[in-house]
Amino acid sequence: MNPFRRSPFVITATMLVYAFLYLPIVVLVLYSFNASRTNVVFTGFIPKFADTVLADGSNIVQSPCGPFHWFCELSKNTDVTNAAKNTLTIAFIATFVSTVVGTMAALALQRYNFKLKSFSQLSLYIPIVIPEIVMGIGILTLFSQLFGLLNNVLNLNGDARLTLGLGTVIVSHIAFMIPFVTLVVQARLQGFEKAYEEAAMDLGANEWITFQRITFPMILPGVLSGALLAFTLSLDDFVITFFTNGPGSTTLPIYVYGLLRRIITPQVNALSTVWITIVFLAVLMLQWIQNREQK
Amino acid sequence: MASEFAVELREVVKKFITPEGNELAAVDNVTMQIKQGEFFSMLGSSGCGKTTSLRMIAGFEWPTDGEVFIDGEPQGHKPPFLRPVNTVFQNYALFQHMTVSENIAFGLEMEKVEKKEIERRVGEALDMVKLGGMGRRRPKQLSGGQQQRIALARALVKRPKVLLLDEPLGALDLKLRKEMQLELKSLQQEVGITFIYVTHDQEEALTMSDRIAVMSLGKVRQMGTAVEIYERPTSRFVADFIGESNFLDGKVKSIKGDQAVVSIPAWGEDLAGIVTSKVKVGDDVSVSIRPEKIRLTDRQGVKEDSVEGVVTNSTYIGSDTHLYLDVRGVRVKVWEQNHISTLDPRAFYSNGEKAWLTLLPENTLVLPRD
Amino acid sequence: MLKRLRENKSAQGTLLILPTLVFMVGLLIIPLLLTLVVSFGQRSPDGNVIYSFSFNNYVRLLGYSTDCANGAKVCFDPLYAQIMWRSLALGFNTTVLVIVLAYPLAYFIARAHPKRRNTYLFLVLIPLWTNFVIRVYAWMMLLRQEGVINIVLGWFANLLHIPFTPLNMLYTPGAVLVGMVYEFLPFMILPIYTSLEKIDNSLYEAAADLGANSLRTLMRVTLPLSMPGVVAGTILVFIPVMGTFIVSDILGGRQVILVGNLIQRQFLDARDPTFGSAASLILMILTLIVTYFYTRKFGFGEEIVVA
Repeated sequence: MNPFRRSPFVITATMLVYAFLYLPIVVLVLYSFNASRTNVVFTGFIPKFADTVLADGSNIVQSPCGPFHWFCELSKNTDVTNAAKNTLTIAFIATFVSTVVGTMAALALQRYNFKLKSFSQLSLYIPIVIPEIVMGIGILTLFSQLFGLLNNVLNLNGDARLTLGLGTVIVSHIAFMIPFVTLVVQARLQGFEKAYEEAAMDLGANEWITFQRITFPMILPGVLSGALLAFTLSLDDFVITFFTNGPGSTTLPIYVYGLLRRIITPQVNALSTVWITIVFLAVLMLQWIQNREQK
Repeated sequence: MASEFAVELREVVKKFITPEGNELAAVDNVTMQIKQGEFFSMLGSSGCGKTTSLRMIAGFEWPTDGEVFIDGEPQGHKPPFLRPVNTVFQNYALFQHMTVSENIAFGLEMEKVEKKEIERRVGEALDMVKLGGMGRRRPKQLSGGQQQRIALARALVKRPKVLLLDEPLGALDLKLRKEMQLELKSLQQEVGITFIYVTHDQEEALTMSDRIAVMSLGKVRQMGTAVEIYERPTSRFVADFIGESNFLDGKVKSIKGDQAVVSIPAWGEDLAGIVTSKVKVGDDVSVSIRPEKIRLTDRQGVKEDSVEGVVTNSTYIGSDTHLYLDVRGVRVKVWEQNHISTLDPRAFYSNGEKAWLTLLPENTLVLPRD
Repeated sequence: MLKRLRENKSAQGTLLILPTLVFMVGLLIIPLLLTLVVSFGQRSPDGNVIYSFSFNNYVRLLGYSTDCANGAKVCFDPLYAQIMWRSLALGFNTTVLVIVLAYPLAYFIARAHPKRRNTYLFLVLIPLWTNFVIRVYAWMMLLRQEGVINIVLGWFANLLHIPFTPLNMLYTPGAVLVGMVYEFLPFMILPIYTSLEKIDNSLYEAAADLGANSLRTLMRVTLPLSMPGVVAGTILVFIPVMGTFIVSDILGGRQVILVGNLIQRQFLDARDPTFGSAASLILMILTLIVTYFYTRKFGFGEEIVVA
């Protein structure tokens, strides 16, 4: 109805913006097949299979993996696999805890009135309106001062010393994920009618059974949305992790950042390509599930 | 320990705090006794306290003061799942993530009834509301009327002592509503349990109930059968709320037994009527006459009974004609039944025509002005 | 005991919120307070904190250094104030550019066929779900002297027989701007889309019926109604831009220093957590002030954020 929709201006602008969004990604993926080890210039695709030769100026290497040379290198790279393991561990644990805690908070804020209500609501808004770095260094300061103090007072040494590591990262992730989960679940709860719970209690269910059989199944989609959001936030997080991690708790984003400041090989691209592919497949799967549900 | 009354409210008060911080009494010292096996309605407009009272019987709210008794037992702060009553909700509150059968079975599961028995009773319940075979469907797939009946079945399958219904027919269209009113009434008589029904629709209340409590602003204004409430309202509010009335203000001149004579300043005349609640000589009262109780003629009858008026407006309803007259400056409504079939326009009053109204004392009420 | 809990609704609420409070107070409120305390302290020789009460750090940030060359007690050193200003400017520029780029796209998706909208949205979201760091690195590859853009420009130059020296795009403020815009573009597209999508079709028809052409419809109907989305998007873009240090680190090299970089370095290289804390607090205050005035003028748009 509105002629503006078909306007050539809008359509060209749209295509340009989409191109802008995807150009870097395409380049990234392409370069993961780069025949040059230093990955400065694209010297052409690594040609086919065994006995491939890499043009590097100074080094010539055999490659049994063919075009996927860098992907093979990647899988042998224990630093990467460790970082991946850490990233996933942190994400799963933090998502679980923050989802449970956040859902409880959403229920509390939507349904009850209590003395600390305004304070709680306010404190949940803060992480969203301040830059991540402020929270990051705040937590770092807390841990460094606290650990310093405890280590001295309790005379801890060696392995017993409290340091930054997986624990501190997980705990920090939980803290910044809770507000997001709470926000999402709260929005879902707004449409939820108390009548369903009253009906259940009227029919003989006590509070716990009502929650289990009626409330929870009905808010589950909202809770899952919150969990998904939390998981993505954790997986992708750089800033908070940067300030709270220690040796042995490196995550993928931190690892990539570290690489960028040193040697840049197409391995980084390969890693990126793998990441992008996984995301792409996950999205396709989500779409497929959504389509099935709608039938 | 069965009591004479299925449900009793004794001096029940429920206060809420408004967002501005004031105290509001949604239910203000209500006492009522509901008999075993009766169809009892609480009638009033929104905010009158009927729903809050119902919720206190169900256990969703607890009284600020006073006590709720079910079958003679004080309920105190008992939660809903420990009370022998069940509720049919205004918007049905059917569990969307369960099938119809699962919805109905839920209450029985809570009672830890055996699986086979549950199946049997669910089937029975579905048949009782004439929806047998719909067990596998989901609530979303049913029409409003069907959902309402499932909500009913879900509550009744538990065989509660009292069934509470919170404006269950509000969301249905007119024809369906009238059908369901009859069905509910006959269902109640069939099953024999006490129904407590909340509505703002007076026609509904009058049609279905054995007794009605008319409520306003948290108080019970009058309790009685439909006939009692309609023909002998005890206050101007009830007379105005139920059906239609003509009101004339005046002062009581004399009282004899249950009759009183009231002087009407607007007409400069006296009218006699029946007294339904305590009035004294000299009280300010409203004289009330229902429009269908006034007889209209186009010639003057006996002088004492008749007053002269001019027809200002008339509405033809089909079975009745509603006439509006100016009687000495006062607007009076008269409903006439069209009991003769004719097309002759002279059989109908036209605007500006004179008419005489007969007001009989036995059709007139003297009510306190509130 | 359970019975008393059942009756006390307020206690139930408090219990449910308790874990959240523990996390928020422990990992948010206390750290912020601690940051405040530390910011008044002084740097110890080994890079730790000496707790004291001095405004030195703030004075330095505002432009006066106590560490003067010619022996004077206080001299003017606008270095840090310039950093603050540069960050604010970048935040502002990024936001404006992002709005300009995001709006047509959001409009296109909002007015597209309902069945295809999800697909278009996913296309916007997919880059977002690949890692932040990776995306910045991608721009590095594009903007380098030997990067893709220069290669392509080189080809064209050759074709047209024009002499061509590769553009120096990386490690400039421009590169940082491009990187920021790229990173945060989806965060503006989504809220604007959400608020545009809520506009009922019949509004456009009504406007047309009343005689408005497409430009006027845009100005008087579409734009105002999509403001909540723009506001929400601005908050989602401006605040992170103010605090991001990766983009300026990787794409700006040592040349472009923003507040985020400043803070980061205090905690890592220069090892002066007191100064870093002060800078961090100033950053937070600046952000809050801008956000406050912005939302006062334009509303909060929070209903958009959740969609």
